[in-house]
Amino acid sequence: MSNIGSYEKRRENFSWDIAKEVLGWKEGEILNIGAMCSDRICAQGKSDKKALIWQGFGGKQKTYTFNDLRVLSNGYAKFLKDLGVEPGEKVCLFMDKIPELYISFLGVLKMGAVAQPLFSAFGDESLEVRLLSADTKVIFTTRKHVKKVRKIQDRLPALEKIVVVEGNPDKLKEGEIFFQVEEAPPVEEFDVFESGPETPSVLHYTSGTTGQPKGAQHAHASVWGQALTTSWVLDLNDDDIYWCTADPGWVTGTSYGIIGPWSLGATQCVLDSGFTSAAWYNFIQDNKITVWYSAPTAIRSLMRDGEGLVKQFDLSSLRHLASVGEPLNAEAVIWSEKVYGLPFLDTFWQTETGSMMITNFPGMKIKPGSMGKPFPGIVAGILDLKTHKPVTEPGTVGLIAFRPGWPSMFREYVKKPDIYRSKFVGAADDAQPAELRTDESLWYVSGDRASFDKDGYYWFVGRDDDVINTGGHLVGPFEIESALVEHEAIAEAAAIGKPDEVNMEVVKVFITLNPGYEPSDDLELNIMNFIRKRLSPLAMPQEIEYSEKLPKTRSGKILRRYLKALEWGEEVGDLSTLEDD
Amino acid sequence: MADEMKDMVLEYVIDEYVDEDDDIEVDFDTPLISSGIVDSFSMVSLKVFLEKKCHVSLPDKEATPEAFDTVNKICELVRRFQD
Repeated sequence: MSNIGSYEKRRENFSWDIAKEVLGWKEGEILNIGAMCSDRICAQGKSDKKALIWQGFGGKQKTYTFNDLRVLSNGYAKFLKDLGVEPGEKVCLFMDKIPELYISFLGVLKMGAVAQPLFSAFGDESLEVRLLSADTKVIFTTRKHVKKVRKIQDRLPALEKIVVVEGNPDKLKEGEIFFQVEEAPPVEEFDVFESGPETPSVLHYTSGTTGQPKGAQHAHASVWGQALTTSWVLDLNDDDIYWCTADPGWVTGTSYGIIGPWSLGATQCVLDSGFTSAAWYNFIQDNKITVWYSAPTAIRSLMRDGEGLVKQFDLSSLRHLASVGEPLNAEAVIWSEKVYGLPFLDTFWQTETGSMMITNFPGMKIKPGSMGKPFPGIVAGILDLKTHKPVTEPGTVGLIAFRPGWPSMFREYVKKPDIYRSKFVGAADDAQPAELRTDESLWYVSGDRASFDKDGYYWFVGRDDDVINTGGHLVGPFEIESALVEHEAIAEAAAIGKPDEVNMEVVKVFITLNPGYEPSDDLELNIMNFIRKRLSPLAMPQEIEYSEKLPKTRSGKILRRYLKALEWGEEVGDLSTLEDD
Repeated sequence: MADEMKDMVLEYVIDEYVDEDDDIEVDFDTPLISSGIVDSFSMVSLKVFLEKKCHVSLPDKEATPEAFDTVNKICELVRRFQD
């Protein structure tokens, strides 16, 4: 019997207070995610239970108990407090998937600061816009990544401390601090910050069609949604060994790679080494992983390496598989059932929602290729593309929307109240974030399109904007275009998503060159590496098309949708605003 | 000729993926993908480099993390498709 039992009954008798029962949380306890994932689990008698089984490059391994998490996160919390960091200030975590990342995340929250994890493959420009936007005060990083911080620190007036938490202290620059928590005196007791449900907790950045990335601010109440969905959708139990393959630089890696499993006291594994199918299977086999939460891009890469490889490993420990990041194609669901004996269950949610919204559940009839059904407690709808009224006819494509009010919902976009407001259909012009996120007469619009069928299953269609979903990560075209025109050879640029068998989409760019430059192989490689280093490997164009001129509106705006429609072989739509030749 | 290709690929990997002050020695057998020196997304620029410089077309199916894991393996793959 799965944790959720009957989906229909759960929907009938739903209250978010069930999350408190699942966690054994009593009124009056401190609602602080850092403490709930460490101190509280120890108080439940699980001090010696394994919390983290970590494996890095070259097979290096480390294991931490929940008591280790408690003491070491206290160490980070005390360090930050001694440094003068105040509750509510932002502490960026910029490192690979090393134990320091997971444990310092808890420490930051324990002392009341906001954890701002950033993907370690970000280049210096991607890092700069996010730190500048958040007024980040402290950054935790490693010897390997501190170089990128050094390049931009002069342009970050709010950044006061650069702390290197791992590696060799010898080559640090003046003013940088070296703090290795495992070498510091253990901190047995720490006075945890008494956060409440609305106290800011985690800040994740997400890309949009226009402008720079937006900071989606979450609050400590998110744990109710993250814990309950982990229990009911991922079906985690006390004796499970869980593996979430996501990086905490993205929301899946914190919601389901830290908060969900550890708030429930589950043992989780982390593999911090490059992807190869054999290495992943080996990791599952060695650690006897039972529940595996991964992404379609990885699953399709595993498919490419075939069934023969699967047979070389003992994967019999697996009992439940789930997927997130982009729609999981029906072929992948069918293939996983054939080769692993278990289908990957697709889950749909996003940075802003903080927890799963529409998903397939254990025990539910799976329709391969479908997103599943709304989580109990979530009111989902499809809004007409023009009128924004809910559609009632199955099969009608519209905007996926949700009634506000679930606990993991983001509380604001940092410094961007107008953009936050624009995400709610029916919002008054002067409505404040706190009103918007609790007003159940509004619809929060996700930015994705889908339809539902006669049985209430949702079917993903695509994005409603120009944001590129590559390997489950959203990349903003504006960010890429802004960086491209900084290249000396490029005059104008447009970035779109191009269909890709493994990654769903990859970045394709159209560029016009400045006088004196000619298309060449060397220039193409130079541009690719320029973007890879400045932004990230995800933003790197995988195809560059040279053009004499880019299509524009009469007001001079580049018509990305026209280029995208041509690329995807779709109708180009209304071209009345297209600039005449 | 074979050694020239290996030297060229090694030089490109060091120039593009390894920082000067990284304490990493990269040789023909150093794991690139499985050690994190080159991430799987960045493999694409490496593939483009090989295709342009070695005048070869590498099918996506063959350009796997395993096949790209060392300079020696990369050159083996390129030679297979040059023949």
